[in-house]
Amino acid sequence: MDDLYRDYILEHYKRPHNFGELDPHDLEALEHNPLCGDELGVHIRVAGGRIEDLRFHGHGCAISQASASIASQELIGMELEEVGELDADWMIELLGIPVSATRRKCALLNLKVVRGAVTGDRAWPE
Amino acid sequence: MPPVVSPPTSLDVKADFPIFGRRFGGRELIYLDSGATSQKPAVVIDALAEHLRAHNANVHRGVYALAQEADAAYDGARRRVAAFVGASPRTTVFTKNVTEAINLVAYAWGRGSVPERPNIVPGDAVLITQLEHHANIVPWQMLCRERGAELRYLEVDERGELSLEQLDAELARGDVRLVAFAHVSNVLGTIVPVAEMCARIRAAGAVSLVDGAQAVPHMPVDVGAIGADFYAWTGHKALGPTGIGVLHGRAEAMEAMEPFLTGGDMISSVDFQTATWNELPYKFEAGTPPIAEAVGLGAAVDYLSGLGMERVRAHERALTAYMLERLAEVPGLRVVGPPEAERRGGLASFTIEGIHPHDVAELADRGGVCIRAGHHCAQPLMRCLGVGATARASVGVYNEPSDVDALVEALLAGREVFGL
Repeated sequence: MDDLYRDYILEHYKRPHNFGELDPHDLEALEHNPLCGDELGVHIRVAGGRIEDLRFHGHGCAISQASASIASQELIGMELEEVGELDADWMIELLGIPVSATRRKCALLNLKVVRGAVTGDRAWPE
Repeated sequence: MPPVVSPPTSLDVKADFPIFGRRFGGRELIYLDSGATSQKPAVVIDALAEHLRAHNANVHRGVYALAQEADAAYDGARRRVAAFVGASPRTTVFTKNVTEAINLVAYAWGRGSVPERPNIVPGDAVLITQLEHHANIVPWQMLCRERGAELRYLEVDERGELSLEQLDAELARGDVRLVAFAHVSNVLGTIVPVAEMCARIRAAGAVSLVDGAQAVPHMPVDVGAIGADFYAWTGHKALGPTGIGVLHGRAEAMEAMEPFLTGGDMISSVDFQTATWNELPYKFEAGTPPIAEAVGLGAAVDYLSGLGMERVRAHERALTAYMLERLAEVPGLRVVGPPEAERRGGLASFTIEGIHPHDVAELADRGGVCIRAGHHCAQPLMRCLGVGATARASVGVYNEPSDVDALVEALLAGREVFGL
């Protein structure tokens, strides 16, 4: 079996969860991966200080799409305060595959977008 | 093995390039990314090292014997580099790369530092094309924004080609002061009819700049015959070291321009408030130049001349034809740009349905094959093509049909990984 392109990664890539638009929404952000020109945006609906619902949109590689899909399942229901504290390790661990230095930004793009929408911090997660 | 449709082609020079002696996990290096940078032959590596080992001194200021050797090496390199593309050493300026060469023209020609004689004023236009690299877009965006000029684009048709009729129509509007375009597209591979374009631009009284980064390393180029006002290319894609680019210009244009970067070596004299400029080409080479890099590039063009650029072009054309044929065997693969190898430089950009280009490059690497994926510093073109990114395989003098075979095998295996 392939180390990187595991079955569940490809499954999330081909049929990503929580992709599309969410209208109306309370928060949104759009980011690019400068390495490959990929684009990922997010719509977030907030209720009671938590992410009530969330949708990603855009295009990208298997790693960036699968990361967004997998993260979306954890992010829905999470407190906004908690979202602001998520870091790169959280995402990489959640993804569960060895991510090389060159693919790291692919894996972290979704967290960058979500943190940007929630906290306004547009820095790459560390 | 499928039948080989094109005649096998090889210059049989891999052994000249030490990096191909390396093994990656027991496998040979299969390098199909020469469009990004070329590998270096031993003669270039040795020339660089030998210069640093035995002839190193600063240029243009020492009277001792060693300094004279450095002078001779640097000026000799300039003469060989200029001769390689039919240019005069006096109008051959060494820069850091093509990006700096284009910025030199955008600043020194575009802005000028004589306020009463600006080359670009509000209402003027700069014309570029949809197939440009960011290096030949952003400097013109900055110039137009600063000068209140308009930046317009020649369109790329569905075959990846430009239209001379559209160029004529744009020039007929009477406001175009400069036209900048690539000789060979780094994404589509399109060979642009540069001589025809330069003649039309000259006849319309405008100035031409050609980005030859993807042309000079791969085909015979005669900048005199092309007739551009400015022609830029870079050393590291032409078997030479990084850190050295080349700008050729028409003498009258270069004479009339103010300097770009200022400081040491580019002056004739300096007093407390003013300075006068050194003669060409030194006026445009401020500070200590890339001396060892120039020596390396001199060795690189000697090596290419030894192979013969007609032979290099014939080899790469045949290899590209073979690559296009073999890539067509991969289901879902679509190549962008001109369909005929005759009309393109030695590269093919492609997409594979169901696999993102980034993953295509990763899967190629599993087969030991180095290719590039991304927007290739040409995001406006990507928008025209309706894709976010492509994968790109590009060849050099050292590539052989077996490299293409390895790529195709890796792509077919990659489709299986993705369950396609």
